[in-house]
Amino acid sequence: MRARVFVTLKASVFDPQGKTVTDALHTLGYNSVKDVRQGKYFELDIDARSGDEARRIVAEAADKLLSNPVIESYRIEIADEVKA
Amino acid sequence: MKFAVVVFPGSNCDHDAHYAAQHVLGQQAEYIWHKDTSLKGADAVILPGGFAHGDYLRTGAIARFSPIMSEVKKFADAGGPVLGICNGFQILLEAGMLPGAMLRNRTVQFHCEHVLIKVEQTDTPFTLACRPGQLLRIPIAHGEGNYYAEPDVIARLEKNRQIVFRYTNEEGVPTDASNPNGAAANIAGLCNEQRNVVGLMPHPERACEMALGSADGLVLFESVIEAVRHGAGRLPRTVVA
Repeated sequence: MRARVFVTLKASVFDPQGKTVTDALHTLGYNSVKDVRQGKYFELDIDARSGDEARRIVAEAADKLLSNPVIESYRIEIADEVKA
Repeated sequence: MKFAVVVFPGSNCDHDAHYAAQHVLGQQAEYIWHKDTSLKGADAVILPGGFAHGDYLRTGAIARFSPIMSEVKKFADAGGPVLGICNGFQILLEAGMLPGAMLRNRTVQFHCEHVLIKVEQTDTPFTLACRPGQLLRIPIAHGEGNYYAEPDVIARLEKNRQIVFRYTNEEGVPTDASNPNGAAANIAGLCNEQRNVVGLMPHPERACEMALGSADGLVLFESVIEAVRHGAGRLPRTVVA
């Protein structure tokens, strides 16, 4: 089963990289881009019997390792639920 | 006394710390591999600078799970002095042994330069030989030293006097211009509530001989030697208002 984890900085946390990307886009003329927030994207291939079990495992991994709860939050998608 | 210098894959200031302890200060020092499960009777532990596990994921994020870290935690819980330098500080943050987290420097640049830091607290094992307010000229070398914590956490750090070092100008004033990375409240280093675990971004081990441009870092090592001589972990606790 495939899970996707999107880790992003909390809204209250300044994102120096996102700011730099925003500035670069403005230099390229993309003035309609008001703000960029940079995050991390993980794909996990998991041995799990159900989407719920996969979600539980991934949430634990995200809490423990993939994200730092002091500055980041995350969102999980289980591939079967996405039907991309 | 005996220093333990923990070596993670990617540590690169371990030799500097070992050299400062053993050759400059004439103490015993032993490298402890991160997969070891014993601190081998050390009196103080140094988590050195570098790029543990390549800084993959986040600085310190993987190192905190190294087997030696549970020993370091036990040692700290028993009152043993632990110093995290640069990447070692980042590891202490990820491990939850100190509060907060590091963000990329606000300039998004790696900063490698001498800076001034002011010693704000002298009742930690790593600053007890300092004068209150003493200015130290010590190099920094990091890309992620932009200390962050929620405002209520910063307020608690101030109230508990846990901010041990701040970036300041020559007058000892923590100005924005003297803040090299955007750290909240100009925080260069802090301690835990028990005051025996200290982390800082500047590198005292790289400022232990005048040949290196500054010997201001020596005082941190001299402090912990004195602390251990007086039974570190059993230091008289200052009452916190």
